[in-house]
Amino acid sequence: MNTKPMLQVRDLHFRYDPEQPTYAVNGVSMEVHRGEFVAVLGANGCGKSTLAKHLNAILLPETGTVLVEGMDTREEDHLYDIRQKVGMVFQNPDNQIVATIVEEDVAFALENLGVPTPEIRTRIDEAMKMAGIYDKKDKAPYKLSGGQKQRVAIAGVIAMRPDCLVLDEATAMLDPRGRAQVMQTIRTLRAAGISIVSITHYMEEAAQADRVLVMNQGKIVMEGTPEEVFSQTERLKSYHLDVPQAAELRDQLVAAGLPMPENVITPEACAEALFQLLQGSPA
Amino acid sequence: MSEIIRAEHLRYVYNPGMPDETAALDDVSFSIEEGDFVGVIGSTGSGKSTLISHFNGLNRPTSGRILVDGRDMWSSGEDLRSFRFLVGLVFQYPEYQLFEETCAKDIAYGPRNMGLDEAEVQRRVQEAAAFTGLGPDLLARSPFELSGGQKRRVAIAGVMAMRPRILVLDEPAAGLDPAGRDTILSQIRDYHEKTGITVVLVSHSMEDIARYANRVLVMSHAKVAMYDTVERIFARAPELLELGLSVPQVTQIFLKLRQMGLDIPTDVYTTPYAVKTILKAWNARHPEHPIPLEGGGVHAS
Repeated sequence: MNTKPMLQVRDLHFRYDPEQPTYAVNGVSMEVHRGEFVAVLGANGCGKSTLAKHLNAILLPETGTVLVEGMDTREEDHLYDIRQKVGMVFQNPDNQIVATIVEEDVAFALENLGVPTPEIRTRIDEAMKMAGIYDKKDKAPYKLSGGQKQRVAIAGVIAMRPDCLVLDEATAMLDPRGRAQVMQTIRTLRAAGISIVSITHYMEEAAQADRVLVMNQGKIVMEGTPEEVFSQTERLKSYHLDVPQAAELRDQLVAAGLPMPENVITPEACAEALFQLLQGSPA
Repeated sequence: MSEIIRAEHLRYVYNPGMPDETAALDDVSFSIEEGDFVGVIGSTGSGKSTLISHFNGLNRPTSGRILVDGRDMWSSGEDLRSFRFLVGLVFQYPEYQLFEETCAKDIAYGPRNMGLDEAEVQRRVQEAAAFTGLGPDLLARSPFELSGGQKRRVAIAGVMAMRPRILVLDEPAAGLDPAGRDTILSQIRDYHEKTGITVVLVSHSMEDIARYANRVLVMSHAKVAMYDTVERIFARAPELLELGLSVPQVTQIFLKLRQMGLDIPTDVYTTPYAVKTILKAWNARHPEHPIPLEGGGVHAS
């Protein structure tokens, strides 16, 4: 078992234009461990997508280092291994699909890498099952819903057998069912030991992560379990963020004088806490 | 109130006569009263965007009729162009449509095309800029120097400046952070309240629909699945889930409480109303130490 962290970012600085004084990422240090699900939150323009693009060497640090299982992303010899270990899925599924049949799309990268055909078959079947689109393998991608297309994109990445998947607002364009399908896929991948880094504007999705990072103006300003982060409503609002509605309800009930417990951020936990308070018949 | 939009057995077929012929709208009938704030929900591919593009004549019905302000834009003698000013359509990611060298010029583009005199055009620009919170410094800048949320507001102002009687927005908050989302949607609500203009808002966020709309149109498989007040729509959670939709988190909490056996109403879809409902339930069980309820107990946020 490899004990090195999956991803290790140390004092990362990056500017898109080195002549300008503003850094898109301004001194970020973070780690992602094996099998961990980390959500990254932050206002538009806070640098979270820029950070994500450093995690598989799409962008390279101006200063500081990004290590993928100990490999420095700036060393060109590692590029192939890093791209195989860390897969990325972006916001718009239509920009990520190239083939006219689902399974051909999922096999695209493997074919380009010259993987032998029988092995491709095994790997794409495994990937499509994990992403939950195996029953759509013969369909044309354009006939699928947004959530299904996004899972085709995820399967294409999974077929590379990565150790880490980075999702950059992968649910932003999806309807509620599509979002739920992608979240289910994330849980399956995490259970299979794949690390997940998910950048999102949906607080409800971040509430399901193991750990939440909050970025503001190129820096990480909050870090903790979802319960720790979402108990600081005012601070989150100052970073243009919010809390899940369940946490908002809990806060307002406490303010009104109801003895609600701490750490209530999901509808399930909120219903459970309220049931404890309200069970029994009205007097 | 009077009827501003009426759809009668509206049908729209993509690629008619081809092997991949699909009906995107099938026997769609409903009407919208002037001054309503209607939320449109439905899963991807349910026909929402095809529907709203009929409101100002971007699509022509295959059969059936669409009446706007009592007139059929496709009947002979009607001026189709006048409907483009009557119904202002804001598409998804409208910031990609900005093109002028300053924000003020971009907002002025629509009113100028209406043939208004320069003084009136400027009045409209100022009014729309005020509604969308764009100050004079921003108006003088190039739209390409602005943040995503600011660009989005410039694009919406450009449609507002035409003073349409119906404002239709397709996912105006998509891709924005929570603060940007709240800003844009609150501005649209204030605009609706101040002007009395009919607003149609397409969204995938049940929380946003619950907070801003007073009626909800639910599309599914090219048909209207439900059309009712917000409270009656979100009271039908199991059917919404069946359609690939969802209900706001607060509604989910009340449905779970009911499932657990608690005697509590489930037509709760905003946080303030949820707080009142829970406090009432608490007070009924603890009459010796009641918690005072603030406000008037209305469905509002």
